[in-house]
Amino acid sequence: MELQRLAFSFFNADVASRYWLDIVHGMWVTTYLAAVVIATGLGGGLAAAMLRSFHFRPVNVLIVVFADAFRALPPLVVIIVLFFAFPYVNLAMSAFTATWLALSLVLAAFAEEIFWAGILSVPKGQTEAARSTGMSRLQTLVHVILPQAVRLTIPPLTNRMIAITKGTALGSVVAVHEIIYYASSGASEAGNPTPLTLGAAAYLVLFLPVVMLSRWVETRFAWKR
Amino acid sequence: MLRGIDLAVAPGELVFIIGPSGSGKSTLLRCCNRLEEPSSGSVVVDGTEITRPDVDINRVRQKIGMVFQSFNLYPHMNALGNVTLALRKVQGLGRAEAESKGMAALTRVGLAEKARAYPNELSGGQQQRVAIARALALEPKILLFDEPTSALDPELVGSVLKVMRELRESGMTMVVVSHEMQFARAAADRVVFMDGGMILEEGRPEKIFSRPDHARVGEFVARIASHH
Amino acid sequence: MEQILQVFFNGAIFERAWPFLARGIGMTVALSLVVVPIGLASGLAVAMLYHLHRRWLNRLLMAYVDFFRAFPPLVLLLFIYGGLPFLGVDLPLFGTVALAFLLNTSSYYGEIFRAGLESVPGGQAEAARSTGLSRWQTMLWVILPQATRNVLPDLISNTLEVIKLTTLASVVGFTELLNNARNAQALTYNATPIVAAALIYLIMLWPLVRLVSRLEHKSIAVR
Repeated sequence: MELQRLAFSFFNADVASRYWLDIVHGMWVTTYLAAVVIATGLGGGLAAAMLRSFHFRPVNVLIVVFADAFRALPPLVVIIVLFFAFPYVNLAMSAFTATWLALSLVLAAFAEEIFWAGILSVPKGQTEAARSTGMSRLQTLVHVILPQAVRLTIPPLTNRMIAITKGTALGSVVAVHEIIYYASSGASEAGNPTPLTLGAAAYLVLFLPVVMLSRWVETRFAWKR
Repeated sequence: MLRGIDLAVAPGELVFIIGPSGSGKSTLLRCCNRLEEPSSGSVVVDGTEITRPDVDINRVRQKIGMVFQSFNLYPHMNALGNVTLALRKVQGLGRAEAESKGMAALTRVGLAEKARAYPNELSGGQQQRVAIARALALEPKILLFDEPTSALDPELVGSVLKVMRELRESGMTMVVVSHEMQFARAAADRVVFMDGGMILEEGRPEKIFSRPDHARVGEFVARIASHH
Repeated sequence: MEQILQVFFNGAIFERAWPFLARGIGMTVALSLVVVPIGLASGLAVAMLYHLHRRWLNRLLMAYVDFFRAFPPLVLLLFIYGGLPFLGVDLPLFGTVALAFLLNTSSYYGEIFRAGLESVPGGQAEAARSTGLSRWQTMLWVILPQATRNVLPDLISNTLEVIKLTTLASVVGFTELLNNARNAQALTYNATPIVAAALIYLIMLWPLVRLVSRLEHKSIAVR
């Protein structure tokens, strides 16, 4: 296994030139998918946690069941069920939609638990003080509770968001045209692993900065146990 | 657990509630603004029966101010922010108007120069006075105090009691749950003794503290006096 | 309604598919039983290396951890699966899959154990050493038990993630539960096998989710 042969296999400039454009296209899809998943996942999780704070028994049971189920289910299984099982009952959806929906549901479940833990950590006296000045439950939540709760949620949330956005790669299993889809089909086609190297590099370019940023965020909002 | 409470407070009165822990004093106080919900009976504030199901409790609470044992200031806002939050969100005042009312309240408790300070930069006594200003800013008809000085270091108690005395003199109706006997002797119109969820005795401070009808009351007063 | 039962919860098809699903469960468990302990051990090793407090070593370790945290596990798996043959290495499928997962999980476990070790006050080690305990004894009997207890919710939570990770192996044809369920679905033209697999995952993992929740709420309450 000489170094030369290694380079020829994994860093083949010729093969790279044929596939790098596809990879870039894939990067765009990955980024777009990750962005929408974060928006809907975090939004859904926050809404669910806020709803939970109003203490309607039947609603809370539903929220807990939802959060438990989607934290237990492997995301790939959710994607597969949405994409392959739902068409049987006339609920077909595109691969992109299935991936987006699956990842959003999973992120929402984790986010709801994280936001809820944050809300619980705010002392009860804060709610009492705000309500005693005539503020409604929603106003209290928005102006007094959430600003204090959010501080606690930043480290676990950034971790979870990174994990979920890496899940966008799972979309390739149902042929969403993101990075690894192009990388692995390119590698099969060319009989050479260079497209995979390109794909790996593309992911690193996208996610390494995010991971390093999250490290900085973690130290700033140090979560004391 | 409260049993058979029948209490009336006249405008401008300072009613002091005392009793052993677990006697229901705080619960009774918190029923007055429905932070605790009475299972039966009614609470009437300034002519409005606030325990009726169709009442807008948020509007009613603007007329009732409350000061807590643990202050409960919002740590993410400065003193002025704490005082003006309800003015802006509940009464819908604009920023300038809210701030001027807020500053007036802070001045009344002697903390105008600390308007921009955050709660963690203030001493316990100062925090409690900001909490009083927060309640005052809404111009309530009655102020409820739930052991306002129990969480304070002894040296800081005086500053809070001073503010409470001034409020009394300006004619504010106040209901105070506390162990501060000296203050009660000096400022209270009526003292109410509670035990086991019931009002055992009530009357003028001189009577309750020196010649109560019930032996329980006498024992309690003697015990508290020896601690302070 | 009738149609949903036919298509999602078909008893006859479930019976036919069950042997495949059962074998899939077995492989999922086998893979987990290999990856979790080795992942824990290597994560612990990484954390203890950190604890040596050598500047250059820590930079290296941090780069290693950040690298594998940034790398999607599926990409890592496909990269190793597709690339190893070109290096002249011929690993059985189980080995390829296990290797990819290990690289990923050791970095996560490493981070968790590192936080755990840092959470133990320095005075503990001082007290232990002052009674004559050696470095290793101190680590084994005093530091590690406390560190592990402090990060137990995170450790269990990450283990849950690792078990969920095994589904990725289906992409390279490893015969774990999801893979077998998809094959059964293709063979029977019916969605029951994959719905059944989803339910099986729920049944297997729900208790772990509840456990993590309970541990997390306890640690919040303590604060």
